[in-house]
Amino acid sequence: MNPTTYLPPRKKHIIITGHYGSGKTHIAVNLALFLKKTGAAVTLIDLDTVNPYFRAADSQSLLQKNGVRCILPQYANTNVDLPSLPAEIHSVFSRNTGSESPDEYAIFDVGGDNGAVALGAYSARLKNEGYEMLYVVNRHRPLTAEPAEAVEILREIEGWSRLSHTAIVNNSNLGDLTTPELIADSLPYAKAVCNLSGLPLAFTASMTESDPPSLPKDVPLFPLRKVTKRIF
Amino acid sequence: MSTKVLMKGNEAIAEAAIKSGCRYFFGYPITPQTEISEHLAKRMPKVGGLCLQAESEVAAINMVMGAAAGGSRVMTSSSSPGISLKSEGLSYIVGCDLPCVIVNVQRGGPGLGGIQPAQSDYYQATKAGGHGDMRIVVLAPASVQEMAALTAEAFDIADLYRTPVMILADGALGQMMEPVDFSVSSPRSLPEKDWAAKGHGGKRKKNIINSLYMDPADLERSVHRRFARYADIKDKETRFEEVMTEDADIVIVAYGITSRICKSALNMARSKGIKAGLVRPITLSPFPDAPLKKAAESAKHFLVAELNMGQMVDDVKIAIDCQRPVTFFGRTGGMMPSPEDILEKIEDIVKSL
Repeated sequence: MNPTTYLPPRKKHIIITGHYGSGKTHIAVNLALFLKKTGAAVTLIDLDTVNPYFRAADSQSLLQKNGVRCILPQYANTNVDLPSLPAEIHSVFSRNTGSESPDEYAIFDVGGDNGAVALGAYSARLKNEGYEMLYVVNRHRPLTAEPAEAVEILREIEGWSRLSHTAIVNNSNLGDLTTPELIADSLPYAKAVCNLSGLPLAFTASMTESDPPSLPKDVPLFPLRKVTKRIF
Repeated sequence: MSTKVLMKGNEAIAEAAIKSGCRYFFGYPITPQTEISEHLAKRMPKVGGLCLQAESEVAAINMVMGAAAGGSRVMTSSSSPGISLKSEGLSYIVGCDLPCVIVNVQRGGPGLGGIQPAQSDYYQATKAGGHGDMRIVVLAPASVQEMAALTAEAFDIADLYRTPVMILADGALGQMMEPVDFSVSSPRSLPEKDWAAKGHGGKRKKNIINSLYMDPADLERSVHRRFARYADIKDKETRFEEVMTEDADIVIVAYGITSRICKSALNMARSKGIKAGLVRPITLSPFPDAPLKKAAESAKHFLVAELNMGQMVDDVKIAIDCQRPVTFFGRTGGMMPSPEDILEKIEDIVKSL
């Protein structure tokens, strides 16, 4: 079976949110590399002010080598507990307003759960210019294992950010134990999250690059390259 | 369908506490352990428990003392500087013979230090958790699965021996995500807490929980009783893992996250024909002397690897009665060695054999 591949979104601003550890950074970095390949200018904004250990800044050299512009908190990966948000973030606004086929993208990698408060600072400008807001779910994360729990956090993030989600990303995985079957088995869960939230499924992500899961034709597949920092 | 879930080490500790019947958590936020209280703030209300952010670490540890005195399973967690603040309360808890679980997800020090992983609280945890003649049990997990399993064990050991038990982890273990299975823990049968101050209902003599002794002879007896219990713990609860030690010329001694780096180095060394092995202490207090003593019979050299300046070295030397040379390799301040760094050290030792 050949699953549909994920098509580039029609909005310039792409916001990635989700529960802690749902794989937001993994998705954001991969999405940046994917969109760059379409020929567009891509900026990745590390908006995570709550997780000091695993963050987009870890992939800075990979991203820059591939021509992705990175806007990172000044103190990312240092010993300063609270990374400040650089003013440079404002530079991604007020260009190509309302374009339906953007030639540039700004990807916002937001912190988990209430880390979305930082996103709220930009809500007015994002509403003004239009955005896609993707909510990343992993059914193997215990606090979002039930679709209703996942949607509860989705709504909380909308409250914190003062923005609304536009689609769901199914990133169900068990780290190194992820198999194509495990990903395929997560579809009913992902669809339940979609039904409960009233949102479409943007794509199912797959870390099993060489061995893709067997998905129905209407479910776009998005292959992920492993970019998460390994400590040892 | 797999029963495994994907969790951060910090979350695994928090969830394991709930599954172990812990219904009280008192803490104060500090990187890199805040996910423990984040998780418990969400979960405790759903199981009828209490997760409270105290006004300080000092307040939190004293709340732990109160809940433990009432006979409840209770936990607190912090990271290095916060544990220092808890040390007075910890000594009082020991003096009151109260069971509780204390988690230290270590970061670099001294002082405020940094937020990256370290193991530089080894001395504090194993030798000087607080003032007075005291030893506590210290468990050192090396995976997210062990963060869960040892937390469950910690509650049982605490209750069985009426002692605080510390989980000594580090920022890397706290933050990294791995699959974890909660179904594997097997709780022990434990004695009734007939000593707890939970209301006598006019039916028995009141229980008094206190660490002040008017008579020095009484205090001495209480310390002796406590040390007899610690000897019992050393006898029955000491844990370790041995990897390829049978024929090893060089035995690496490492715990926690460092043991994983050393395992990678060990495999690299073996593939080069170097006979290396590893002893991983799981209980840092009591320290597993026996496997090291046994390894010293055939091994020629020991290599201690830690994320500090060599705090476990003396324990290894004591365990092997200084019969073999002990070399130290470590990084500190939040820096991590690579498997190649450890391999280089092993190869240096091989040249000297």
